[in-house]
Amino acid sequence: MSMNVMMFYLFAGIILIFSLLSITTRRILRAAVYLLFVLVATSGLYFMLKYQFMAAVQLTLYAGGIVVLIIFSILLTSHITHRFKRPNLTNLLMGISVAVVGSGLVIATLLSHHFEVGSTNELPVDMTVIGNQLLSTGKNGYVLPFELISILLLAAMIAAIIIAKKEKNKNSEI
Amino acid sequence: MIQGIPLEHFLIVSTIMFFIGVCGFIIRRNLITMLMATELILNSVNINFVVFNRYLFPDQLQGHFFSLFIVGIAAAEASVAIALIINIYRNLQNIEVENVNEMKY
Repeated sequence: MSMNVMMFYLFAGIILIFSLLSITTRRILRAAVYLLFVLVATSGLYFMLKYQFMAAVQLTLYAGGIVVLIIFSILLTSHITHRFKRPNLTNLLMGISVAVVGSGLVIATLLSHHFEVGSTNELPVDMTVIGNQLLSTGKNGYVLPFELISILLLAAMIAAIIIAKKEKNKNSEI
Repeated sequence: MIQGIPLEHFLIVSTIMFFIGVCGFIIRRNLITMLMATELILNSVNINFVVFNRYLFPDQLQGHFFSLFIVGIAAAEASVAIALIINIYRNLQNIEVENVNEMKY
């Protein structure tokens, strides 16, 4: 068994085990930390696929940004010693049956389909290629979704500030 | 592509991760854990995009860019959702899903 294969199965095991733990643990801060492990292992998979930029984005934005945001909001909204109640039985049965039936169906479908692995040469993914394609308007150009996502991020930032802002002198508005 | 790993193994991992996220979304009653379950779902879709790009069309970068955009959208969604959750907590003093329907009246 070569090193590559071993690392893949290590990352896959980390992803599966910790995503399962993250939805079954009864302490919310532990759930966030398990989610962090899942995201870091995913970026390891991207490194193995030689998408270094994607892996770096995953590490900085997901593992560095979103998880820290979630942990801060956990600390703001719940007690550290708080434990969840056990979910009621109907919900538990519904969730598990949906997960088992759905994943069985999807895995059966994708194992019965034959994928044609591409035989062309791999494009080296360095920053020059990514920057050129992200900002070009011609073939293989992605300038339109790039601009759309910049507007979306601006709108999300303004919305988050306005929603979370504390209202001053509430009585005078009414 | 990784030598010795077929495409299907990646897809099985991401499928199981997706349905773990769906299961967590159903069984949890807390808004922040539901948000974490959606992050799991988005992350598994990202793995699918990147792997299809690397294995099936290695001379192009469509899957790579779309998973980049998905990461951006996930960041925007998480920030707005957490702002809403903090506002709900300020009004109701907890963030359980059962209590949020008080906002209807």
